[in-house]
Amino acid sequence: MKLSVLKRLLKYAKPHAAFLMLALVSAIISVSLTLYGPILVGRAIDNIVGPGDVDHRAMIPILITLAATIVISAAFQWLLAYCTNRVSYKTVRDLRVQTYEKINTLPLKYIDGHPHGDLISRIVNDVDQVSDGLLQGITQLFTGVVTILGTLIFMLTINPVITAVVVLITPLSLFVAAFIAKLTHKQFVEQQATQGELSGYVEELIGGQKVVKTFHYEERAERNFKEINQRLYRCGVKAQFYSSLSNPSTRFVNGVVTAAVATIGSVCAITGWPSPITIGQISSFLTYANQYTKPFNEVTGVLTQIQTAFASAERLFAVLDEESEIPDAPDALVMEHCEGNVDVQHLSFSYDPSRKLIENMNIQARRGDRIAIVGPTGCGKTTIINLLMRFYDANQGSILVDGHNVRDITRGSLRGLYGMVLQESWLFSGTVRDNIAYGREDASMEEVIAAAKKAHAHSFIMRLPNGYETVLSEDGGNLSQGQRQLLCIARVMLVDPPMLILDEATSSIDTRTEVKIQQAFTEMMKGRTSFIVAHRLSTIKEADLILVMNQGSIIEQGTHEELLQKGEFYANLYNSQFAAS
Amino acid sequence: MLKLARFLKKYRLQVILGPIFKLTEAIFELIVPLVTAHIIDNGVRTGDVQYVWRMGGVMLLLGVVGLGCALVCQKMASIASQGFGTVLRDELYHHINTFSHTEIDRFGTPSLITRITNDVNQLQYAVAMLIRLVIRAPFLALGAVIMAMTIDLQLSLVFLVATPLIALVLYVIMSRSVPYFKVMQKKLDKISLISREGLSGARVIRAFSKQESEEERFQLAANEQTDTAIRVAKLSALLNPLTYLIMNFAVIAIVWFGGSRVSAGGMTQGEVIAFVNYMSQILLALIVVANLVVTFTKAAASAARVNEVLDTQPSVVEGCGASDPVKRSPKIAFEQVSFSYTGHAGENQEKCAVKDLTFTIEEGQTIGIIGGTGSGKSTLIGLIPRFYDATQGQVRVDGINVKEYTFAQLRGKIGMVPQHAELFSGTIESNLRWGNEKAAPEDLDRALRIAQAKEFVDRLPERLQSKVSQGGKNFSGGQKQRLTIARALTGNPEILILDDSASALDFATDAALRRALKTETKGMTVLMVSQRASTVKAADQIIVMDDGRLAGIGTHQQLMEQCEVYREICLSQLSKEEAERA
Repeated sequence: MKLSVLKRLLKYAKPHAAFLMLALVSAIISVSLTLYGPILVGRAIDNIVGPGDVDHRAMIPILITLAATIVISAAFQWLLAYCTNRVSYKTVRDLRVQTYEKINTLPLKYIDGHPHGDLISRIVNDVDQVSDGLLQGITQLFTGVVTILGTLIFMLTINPVITAVVVLITPLSLFVAAFIAKLTHKQFVEQQATQGELSGYVEELIGGQKVVKTFHYEERAERNFKEINQRLYRCGVKAQFYSSLSNPSTRFVNGVVTAAVATIGSVCAITGWPSPITIGQISSFLTYANQYTKPFNEVTGVLTQIQTAFASAERLFAVLDEESEIPDAPDALVMEHCEGNVDVQHLSFSYDPSRKLIENMNIQARRGDRIAIVGPTGCGKTTIINLLMRFYDANQGSILVDGHNVRDITRGSLRGLYGMVLQESWLFSGTVRDNIAYGREDASMEEVIAAAKKAHAHSFIMRLPNGYETVLSEDGGNLSQGQRQLLCIARVMLVDPPMLILDEATSSIDTRTEVKIQQAFTEMMKGRTSFIVAHRLSTIKEADLILVMNQGSIIEQGTHEELLQKGEFYANLYNSQFAAS
Repeated sequence: MLKLARFLKKYRLQVILGPIFKLTEAIFELIVPLVTAHIIDNGVRTGDVQYVWRMGGVMLLLGVVGLGCALVCQKMASIASQGFGTVLRDELYHHINTFSHTEIDRFGTPSLITRITNDVNQLQYAVAMLIRLVIRAPFLALGAVIMAMTIDLQLSLVFLVATPLIALVLYVIMSRSVPYFKVMQKKLDKISLISREGLSGARVIRAFSKQESEEERFQLAANEQTDTAIRVAKLSALLNPLTYLIMNFAVIAIVWFGGSRVSAGGMTQGEVIAFVNYMSQILLALIVVANLVVTFTKAAASAARVNEVLDTQPSVVEGCGASDPVKRSPKIAFEQVSFSYTGHAGENQEKCAVKDLTFTIEEGQTIGIIGGTGSGKSTLIGLIPRFYDATQGQVRVDGINVKEYTFAQLRGKIGMVPQHAELFSGTIESNLRWGNEKAAPEDLDRALRIAQAKEFVDRLPERLQSKVSQGGKNFSGGQKQRLTIARALTGNPEILILDDSASALDFATDAALRRALKTETKGMTVLMVSQRASTVKAADQIIVMDDGRLAGIGTHQQLMEQCEVYREICLSQLSKEEAERA
């Protein structure tokens, strides 16, 4: 258990300290009253001796006290549960929101480099684990400690000798619990791993079912599946068996305690040696003995849960401790408008220091220029976009917009100067209208429709069940790839930014539709500096400047005609489209 | 849920014996308070120390034997439940493998995975609980009441009042809070959705500087989840105090009225103590019962989801085997083929993915298939290896209806390269061997060469033994595509189908691939689906698809002259001169 993690978690609980204190007080009150109950019951029973020898009158005050004890204890039990729930849920809510906000400040390098599933799992599952751990931890810690101390005191006041017996036997239960936990843990780890292997296999093979069918791989797949499944069976039986041991063992230990208390207690009662005890007290003792062992039985379970919670908390803290993007300087320029002159000067950049990607790149774009970037996959085309938008910062050299270094401009305003359409369309769960108006929430319905019309999206939107109010499922799953892209284009059309970035924006749209959108783009690009990355060379022939990239540097530049005439890399690339096979 | 009981058949012994052993333990457990009562009444009252020790020994013995019985039961429960799960998983996976794409698309891969993992686990757990607790818990509750009744019928009235009261509290609180758990799950799903969107849309969010509004959206979802959680907590926090309250008031009643009974000579002091003990046993047992109800509600939902899979009949049924090919027949023939994903062609031609297709393909030809997104290209080729069955009309390969072949026969003839390049975890070699388990090293080499993959594979330090991670994530898109092409070629198929499989290749590699296919695979019939006019231009025949219909078929020259759709596609990609250059 790591103290630093605990300290940090406690910091999150601090705003809820009042409730935490209330929980502690409730625990003390409810547990001690719960423990006081059996004493009262015992005293009452001592008034029942035999036929004709029952003192009902003496029992009345005892039973009334008992009733009051019960009611107050119940009330505080509820308060304890409520407070701990409140504290742990609110604490993890803050933790969760903070983690999400942190992700928004992390450099894209981090987001690109980490599996999204893993990050989501941290925000969702790990936070839940922390909450469960806190809940269990607080409740069990408070009640457990109070119970042990309380029962010890009560038992000691009744009879020290029998108390000693109980205290001597309890380590047995602790030992048994620890032993089972250790056995179980090992098996669980193995079971989890095998289960993961099986899920992975199924996921892969069902996901690739088309391929499985094509190659008639079904039998081979089932053979492999059965093999993993058999292994899962073997460790599953063990894991389940070991974990199911804890209840019977606990019952056994409790049984032993009961037997010992009943027997030794009775002997004491008869002989008065080593210390006298009444029958009612034996009855109280029986209850206490069980209460006393309970926290010990549960301690291992709670410890495992707390350990899991701490592991989860560490995974969250790992995200929180990542270095954020360097914030904008306080005096950074807020650029609302720009001419559209972009200068890239001696720019070098690499994602990975050992592999150079862009080296000493220079580009000069004047207002209204259309700059196309072409080249084979992995040559660094998309990287330029990342640098222009400051998703990544250059290692060396600089980018100037209207003569201002982009590092001196606030990120928000710099990015606002560009309208960007990426190859991978991104829509969020919401209405079509919300998605188009994402960049300008104040846009009127007319403006939204006008933008959609420009992007040739209006007609298909009208065919959707609720038109512009149709709610898109997660990531726009109920639209085709091409339709989603049209919505993204409409989004940019609505914002009407001074500069444009199109990164393979039309690659998932069939070429006939593309021609139409291209017209809209051409319209939009008038007077705006635009950067276009494209795979299909036919789409960039009209560009003012074509930059041909290969292995991180610009190897040729010029207009389409110039480059064709040059007859080198670009010309080859272009002509290979039409090579007869 | 009962329908799944057949998977327990193998474990009949465990299912019957397990609860019996458990019951034995429970009986012993019920005897213990009785023994305690005897110790007090017979031992302490008469001062018989010997008797006390003897009874102490009996209690210890009961404990040991009880433990033994419980362990036997737990072991049986583990074997039966895990065995049940294993058999069920095998069966499910086997059944899923018989599904055609129609069924798999209907369920969706993630849903099938959850069913085969989580749902089976849930059922497995329910089986274990069935053996371990279903008999034990109600028995303990009931047993405690009965034992109390045998001790003293009058005083046991307290039990008859308290027990239903506790059960009622359990029922009311559980039935109100359990539905909330579904709501909570939904709120949690929302949180995970917003996180996912936040990550996948990081660039767009930052481009529009929408971080703050996204954070607000997230905070809103997180608050909602927290509020619901706290609301549920308020309710379920009532459970323990209320049952505690009822139980203890019952204890007060027992002591008070028990006093009268003892005074009247109907009961002893020890028996009153036994009564108090039984009361706490009932409470514990009832709480277990309540939890069991939750477990089985969940299991019933899982069982329904599993049964849904098992009850689904594959729509594509394997043929019983075809004889030799019909001589002089075309390699592939489509005869008035229509297909609709809903399975009802005819009345509603509008909903068909492909409509009324008729054409033939001769052996050794190279065929290009072109058309816009959603025009039915992928559906068309999916009908050949029977991923789907034609709703109307017939598809013939070598003159024989595809439905007559066994899957192995039919699919053995076909090498298919899917649109989405998919590799499986293993090595490059293990992936290539999907096409043919017994392929010779030269065959693998040749396949890689034709697929233009040899060069980059040879450059890898471990060449064919290089590790492939799940989905082939450690390779670039272009590399993956070339490897999937090589995989299809390893089987040396008679028909090679490339479903837009060269989209991630640059034009030069694409051209080289086409050249190699032409020269190195004599006699192989090649079907090439593409959006690129340049890819299909040189094919022997080009099939042009438009909105599910055949818009034209012929050579590039013929189609340029006759087919409006084809001309439009070509002109949108190529300049006039290029399009007209043969």
